[in-house]
Amino acid sequence: MDFLSPTSLAEALAAKARQPEAVPIAGGTDVMVELNFDQRRPSALLDLNRVAELSEWTVAGEHIRLGATVSYTRIIDELGTRLPGLAMAARTVGSPQIRNRGSVGGNLGAASPAGDTHPVLLATDAVVEAVSVRGTRMIPASEFYLGVKRNALAADELIAAVHLPITSAPQQFAKVGTRNAMVIAVCSVALALHPEQGRVGAALGSAAPTPRRALAAEAFLSAELGDTGQWSAPRPLPGSVVTRFGELVAQAAEPIDDVRGSAAYRRHALAVLARRTLDWAWQDYLRAGHGGE
Amino acid sequence: MIVRVNVTVNGEQCQADDVWPGESLLYLLRERLGLPGAKNACEQGECGSCTVYLDGVLVCACLVAAGQAQGRQVRTVEGLADGAELDPVQQAFVETGAVQCGFCTPGLVVAAHDLLNRVDRPTDPEIREALAGNLCRCTGYEKILEAVRLAASRRNPGGRPGEAAEGESR
Repeated sequence: MDFLSPTSLAEALAAKARQPEAVPIAGGTDVMVELNFDQRRPSALLDLNRVAELSEWTVAGEHIRLGATVSYTRIIDELGTRLPGLAMAARTVGSPQIRNRGSVGGNLGAASPAGDTHPVLLATDAVVEAVSVRGTRMIPASEFYLGVKRNALAADELIAAVHLPITSAPQQFAKVGTRNAMVIAVCSVALALHPEQGRVGAALGSAAPTPRRALAAEAFLSAELGDTGQWSAPRPLPGSVVTRFGELVAQAAEPIDDVRGSAAYRRHALAVLARRTLDWAWQDYLRAGHGGE
Repeated sequence: MIVRVNVTVNGEQCQADDVWPGESLLYLLRERLGLPGAKNACEQGECGSCTVYLDGVLVCACLVAAGQAQGRQVRTVEGLADGAELDPVQQAFVETGAVQCGFCTPGLVVAAHDLLNRVDRPTDPEIREALAGNLCRCTGYEKILEAVRLAASRRNPGGRPGEAAEGESR
């Protein structure tokens, strides 16, 4: 097995072009598990920890360009107010040791349906910056997940960064697991209000072959809020709206029975999480005194 | 591909030959460098018993590839004591009886050490959060919490739980 240690993004891309079968490794929180358990013997590992460009975040207009290997700990410490939904999801990842090493780039590379940040990326219209020696592709998160642990990257591409809109609008994330730490999500929901677009983003994780947006739920709630003038003059939401939203999020799922939970439980829990995250986000929106004041 | 890995462990330059670069830092420490403090249990980052510092950052050594440790600084539980004098966290574990079978202890000591570097007088929720990645199957954790509280009170006798760190002992 080759061990490739590029010290710049250009070197890393050249290496990936030469050896497209090389497996990128950053925090190692997924890749090393597979190596330790002999589930994978790649012909080469491509260590991204020495590529400084990947471990930086910058403000680019109204977006944060988040380098692929910026750790969850740094997202929580440095970006909590500008990327509230992502920081919430980051706080639920693993343990301090895992959050010190794991990154959104790793979540995207592994493309597990249970990855904690995926629903947030979907609900907030994040865009993945994929790079290769051939150039740069901007891939919307909604087009990135192709199947269980399959993503839209070409063999010679690396994830350079993720672009997320900076917002002060409420965002929420919630996941179900057997304890408050070190759990792979049984299911998860992310919600983002986009008042400037008169729209709601909602997505679910760990309850379908890929993370996915709950499109019908988004459309229902966006229409409901728009038709009743709630963006400019928000009022408490009718219980019937919250309930219907929960049902539609659950209907977007395609869960299976597995060791972490049954399909029926996941559907039930998704509706609960959807109602909760909507309640929390809408309370925040009401408190912020949007619109008429 | 078999490589030579140079790594600074507890302040000493170490060199290991014939390393398979996909093996873990944990394997490197235990089997090649003779440092068995960090324990090998789950090999998937779930149990925290292999917790060490890598360039000052708390990590699970089982999830770091040996090749990634090349040229880095590692500090293990063996590097916490100052000669014969235990680190305050270690001393507090001894005094409170926070050790039963002892397997999880090195990882918990390093994780608690990291917490007290960041927060002088952590609250109980902060201690629980900081140790959430370290499993103990014997103690029920109560005495471990007690040990961390004791170590914190000795490191910063004036502070009260919940107060922000004041920049000492970074």
